[in-house]
Amino acid sequence: MPADGGIGASTKRREDVRFLTGLGNYTDDINIHNQAYVHFLRSDVAHGKLNRVDTRAAEKMPGVIRIFTSKDFEGVGGIPCGWQVTDRFGEPMQEPKHPVLAEGFVRHVGDPIAAVVAETLEQARDAAEAIEMDISELPAVIDMAAALEDGAPKVHEELSSNLCYDWGFVEENSAAVADAIANAAHVTTLELRNQRLVANPMEARVAIGDYNRATDEHTLYTTSQNPHVIRLLMGAFVLGIPEHKLHVISPDVGGGFGTKIFHYAEEAFCTFAAKAVNRPVKWAATRSEAFMSDGQGRDHVTKIELALDKDGHFLALRTDTLANMGAYLSTFAPSVPTWLHGTLMAGNYKTPLIYVNVKAVFTNTVPVDAYRGAGRPEASFQLERVIDKAARELGMDPIELRRKNFITEFPYETPVAVAYDTGDYNATMDKLIEMADFDGFEARREASAKKGKLRGLGVNCYIEACGIAPSNLVGQLGARAGLYESATVRVNATGSITVMTGSHSHGQGHETAFPQVIASMIGIDADQVDIVHGDTAKTPMGMGTYGSRSIAVGGSAMVRAAEKVISKAKKIAAHLMEASEGDIELKDGQFTVAGTDKSVAWGDVTLAAYVPHNYPLEDLEPGLEETAFYDPANFTYPSGAYACEVEVDPDTGKVEICSFHAADDFGNIINPMIVDGQVHGGIGQGIGQALLENCVYDSDGQLLSASFMDYAMPRADDLPFYDVDHSCQTPCTHNPLGVKGCGEAGAIGSPPAVVNAVVDALQRAGHDITHIDMPLSPARVWSAMQG
Amino acid sequence: MYELNITRPETLADAVEALGHDEAMALGGGQTLIPTLKQRLANPETLVSLTGIAELSGISRDGDMLIIGGTTTHAEVASGATDYPALAALAGGIGDPAVRNRGTIGGSLANDDPAACYPAAVLASGATIVTNTREIAADDFFEGMFTTALHDGEIITAVRFPIPQKANYQKFDQPASRFALVGVFVAQTADGVRVAVTGASEEGVFRWTDAEAALSADFSPTAVDGLNVSADNLIGDLHGTPEYRAHLVKVMTKRAVAASG
Repeated sequence: MPADGGIGASTKRREDVRFLTGLGNYTDDINIHNQAYVHFLRSDVAHGKLNRVDTRAAEKMPGVIRIFTSKDFEGVGGIPCGWQVTDRFGEPMQEPKHPVLAEGFVRHVGDPIAAVVAETLEQARDAAEAIEMDISELPAVIDMAAALEDGAPKVHEELSSNLCYDWGFVEENSAAVADAIANAAHVTTLELRNQRLVANPMEARVAIGDYNRATDEHTLYTTSQNPHVIRLLMGAFVLGIPEHKLHVISPDVGGGFGTKIFHYAEEAFCTFAAKAVNRPVKWAATRSEAFMSDGQGRDHVTKIELALDKDGHFLALRTDTLANMGAYLSTFAPSVPTWLHGTLMAGNYKTPLIYVNVKAVFTNTVPVDAYRGAGRPEASFQLERVIDKAARELGMDPIELRRKNFITEFPYETPVAVAYDTGDYNATMDKLIEMADFDGFEARREASAKKGKLRGLGVNCYIEACGIAPSNLVGQLGARAGLYESATVRVNATGSITVMTGSHSHGQGHETAFPQVIASMIGIDADQVDIVHGDTAKTPMGMGTYGSRSIAVGGSAMVRAAEKVISKAKKIAAHLMEASEGDIELKDGQFTVAGTDKSVAWGDVTLAAYVPHNYPLEDLEPGLEETAFYDPANFTYPSGAYACEVEVDPDTGKVEICSFHAADDFGNIINPMIVDGQVHGGIGQGIGQALLENCVYDSDGQLLSASFMDYAMPRADDLPFYDVDHSCQTPCTHNPLGVKGCGEAGAIGSPPAVVNAVVDALQRAGHDITHIDMPLSPARVWSAMQG
Repeated sequence: MYELNITRPETLADAVEALGHDEAMALGGGQTLIPTLKQRLANPETLVSLTGIAELSGISRDGDMLIIGGTTTHAEVASGATDYPALAALAGGIGDPAVRNRGTIGGSLANDDPAACYPAAVLASGATIVTNTREIAADDFFEGMFTTALHDGEIITAVRFPIPQKANYQKFDQPASRFALVGVFVAQTADGVRVAVTGASEEGVFRWTDAEAALSADFSPTAVDGLNVSADNLIGDLHGTPEYRAHLVKVMTKRAVAASG
């Protein structure tokens, strides 16, 4: 049994006490003396030429401090993109400018045109209504295929077309893949859409700019998953503020899901305006603004072809995808359909030949970027749906077809440039079968039939690449940032520890899980350890939290720093006990000398480090604080097998999830309860995508699903009780904790399970239905059943 | 929200007087009006809150009639309309607990959202809308989406429901809002059966008269098997085509008949 509070213990999340009792400190809880308020005047048309923005009348309105337009941002950089993709011809992607406030054109509903800073929010809104605008509406480009047609209206006049890039991967495989598909005994083809989603974290975005004239220091409080990244991008590329004069703080953040990774115009605006008006400047998004300004997710249209031999062995895989970028390139947008998607197309299977083509397209819609899973859910969905379809076409059991093609030997080099270090896909499938009682399905199906319901069973596997890094690799792939992580372990004089991490917790439970690692390493109580994060002035330069990377990369950095601390502490202990450093052991918070009964407590050693009266000052500096930067050798590769049972109401098309089982392999686990919660949340969002959520624009670019009245978020009663297991553990071989990450797995693995189950239910009932595009709303399922 | 004044009269007479001023609007539970104001889609000078008027709230029985005051909340109807279980169940299915604890029957009817639940109950029950000046039969009250027979400044003081022999409401949720994608209220009285449909029509709540005739002759789910609802003038949106809604009207009608107690 793990020690309470140590690695492996289901310690309750300490941060929940403040979250659940209203004591959290979210960005919107921060109010600075004399602050002014910002209201953004946003475009209500999807595409238009800004002929005139006249703020003269508005400036005279009560309470108005200043009104900003693009004229105020001349000489200021655009919002940068953090990843440059090179196309299949060796050319860089097309990268249009993304101004802080619209320059000459508006390109999506919600594009900010002007910003009013006023004494009160209502005064700012009043003044925004008094701004006179003359906009010539232009044809909107919404559909991706239409956007690529010759002569289509262009989202950006200065670009050659709406094509951001045409990416082929692995380009050299293209001909061999085509050959294999042409000559295969069987080819299964599927066309599908991975619909656009809105992340909708519970906390909408907030930014507060503050400027200190005395020190020339800028402070930005923002709802970010990675404050150092915001400081770097905004300081270096947008506003030209050196980092020592720019302080970015992300306090408690109420959910991110990817959409709070990106650097947003509102952050740059508030930082800029605070100096310009010499007042703190606060902006808090309304939910309506969130729908039209938060980076959105997914939005791929794909054709996938799987070639098999007569026995069901996978021979080749080819995909053609159109990926929506929206109107501008958000921070990591270009990487999502390419390096976070194409590299995952091998899945859990030894398909020898793979070719992925992705055309990224500009449209007059809100920018699209990473959302929980980011490219990997799109990859898994295509692959696991086409395998299910192939099994039906070949009359094979879908599990057996998968098993026949599983990768079973590790490490495994895929044909799409990644090397899986460990995994055991048969083990998770065996566990799933044990959990999900497939033998009892027929009886359950009959019971459902007696109620007039169609029952179906869907199964799928997934693999993901987490712990995004290593930096030298991602640099070659176009990343304009490193992807290491940092930690400082500061031991206080009496032995308690403060860990400053570059990871950022916005729901993941770092404040509980990270101390468990330190507690186990040293043998002290976890409550002797606190985690500090989210403040560029307090933590070393870190890359933040996304891509299920915190424990794998940030946790590893913390382990490396703690190892340095322990190494130094052993030297001090050796001095105190007049022993050889090599004989010192640390266990349960006690240093001992091997083979003797000598011991000295952790706290005595730490005190000696800061009160160095009896201390080897000639050999060792006082103090006990170490920093480490950890750059991983590889991604981590969590995997799993999921099963979903559904009932379809044939009269209405409504799908009810009856059960959901998940057998995951996350390698070693720090806090099983937190892992359960992460998987639960991921599956909840995956079921949301499968059944409910859909971000839809009409042909004019108006957002039809612009509020919770039309954008269906999953509610508790849409979701089943989950049965999750993570006892199959093949530890990661290249990080010190052997961990893989668990944050996105549920969202990646669950949509295909749900759709496979619904298609299964309908096919068992005699409907010739091979696919329904998500969300599988009652109307869509019913419509499919009508033929 | 634009700047506005709010007044909270304690008598109906004071409320009527306050609503007589230009740019005054009545505020019931505010479950539609407050979000509308927050989005600056309405700009009244004065809001006249009706919820402080004691005489407008409460549930009482008068012979075969159940009388519900105009400011009675959905939660109060859900727990208090025990003499009319189908109506209580309908009220208990509106929105979520926060909505039910604020939203009022009068507010819902005066707003006449085409996907609201109460209009189906009122129309199927053949209820009477009582205002500060007159009584309006349900058949005359609903005039289309967000449009009723109410005059400016007129206040719904109560709704009088004849208690049917059998009744049931079946709502098929719009997945996002959980308003009715289609809701069907079936009520059987000594005079026959009435079937009212909400959520489906561009023209708001309506009676499915073919089904009423069939069910008056044979009050069983199969009685409507041979009938079809025309998709003409039905709502088509993200959540369903007119054809889907037409289909659901029949499915929900059959379920309501089957569930009628």
